[in-house]
Amino acid sequence: MNAWFVVLAGITIVGAAAAMMLRSLVHCALALALAFTGIGTLYLYLGAQFLGLAQLLVYVGAIAVLIVFVILLTRGTDDGPPIKVPTALSGILVAVALFGVLAWAILHSHVPSLAVSEGTTVSVRDLGTQLMTDYILPLEIVGVMLTAALIGAVIVAMKEKQNTQ
Amino acid sequence: MTGLTGCLLVSSLLFSIGLAGALTRRNAILVLAGIELMLNAANINFIAFWHFGPHSGAATGILFGLFSIAVAAAEAAVGLALILAVYRHTKSTDVSQQL
Repeated sequence: MNAWFVVLAGITIVGAAAAMMLRSLVHCALALALAFTGIGTLYLYLGAQFLGLAQLLVYVGAIAVLIVFVILLTRGTDDGPPIKVPTALSGILVAVALFGVLAWAILHSHVPSLAVSEGTTVSVRDLGTQLMTDYILPLEIVGVMLTAALIGAVIVAMKEKQNTQ
Repeated sequence: MTGLTGCLLVSSLLFSIGLAGALTRRNAILVLAGIELMLNAANINFIAFWHFGPHSGAATGILFGLFSIAVAAAEAAVGLALILAVYRHTKSTDVSQQL
């Protein structure tokens, strides 16, 4: 619980809150990229180097840019008229209640003082070895799933042919 | 307050922000962004429990997070394609309007 953690967590939370509250959709997408960057640096801070860089590549490099593309393709650069106040209030109330329950559970649960093994880190070589030996089946399944998702996304987003009879 | 508690609090706050956004925003793209934030909050928990766990020499937590990121990427691609397809029919990405 040191200063770096507070700074990184603050950047992440501020980015996420801005992404959910700003009016302009492009600003929302940029704030979302900031939140994803904060999460990636949190991974780096926690010692998961490969996962942090993968997070930066996949989320900031691909998903945030994809969201900007979709915003521009749908010409929805501005959110519509504001949502009805009771609806918005109930949604926020549900989220605040959820956070209250989670925070209460976290603060009141008995976490055994785990012996944190400082300095130990998992190298990319270890990750690759494990992926190719112990986790070969999940890896293959993820590969098949990504291929199926890619083909499905292309088919769904493809322009439909006009039925000319 | 240990480091693990701080990580869990940050991730639950992130999850709540994502849930609030997914429930209150009208634009389908932002609803999807809220869902992405919730997935990321869950991912932070994996890494936090791996880092503060007794066996941080094992790569289990990182590998679980890696698969989770792959699934989230596939979900985002399909979700955005669906939003594009819906937009082509209704000329709108407003989730609150009736089709």
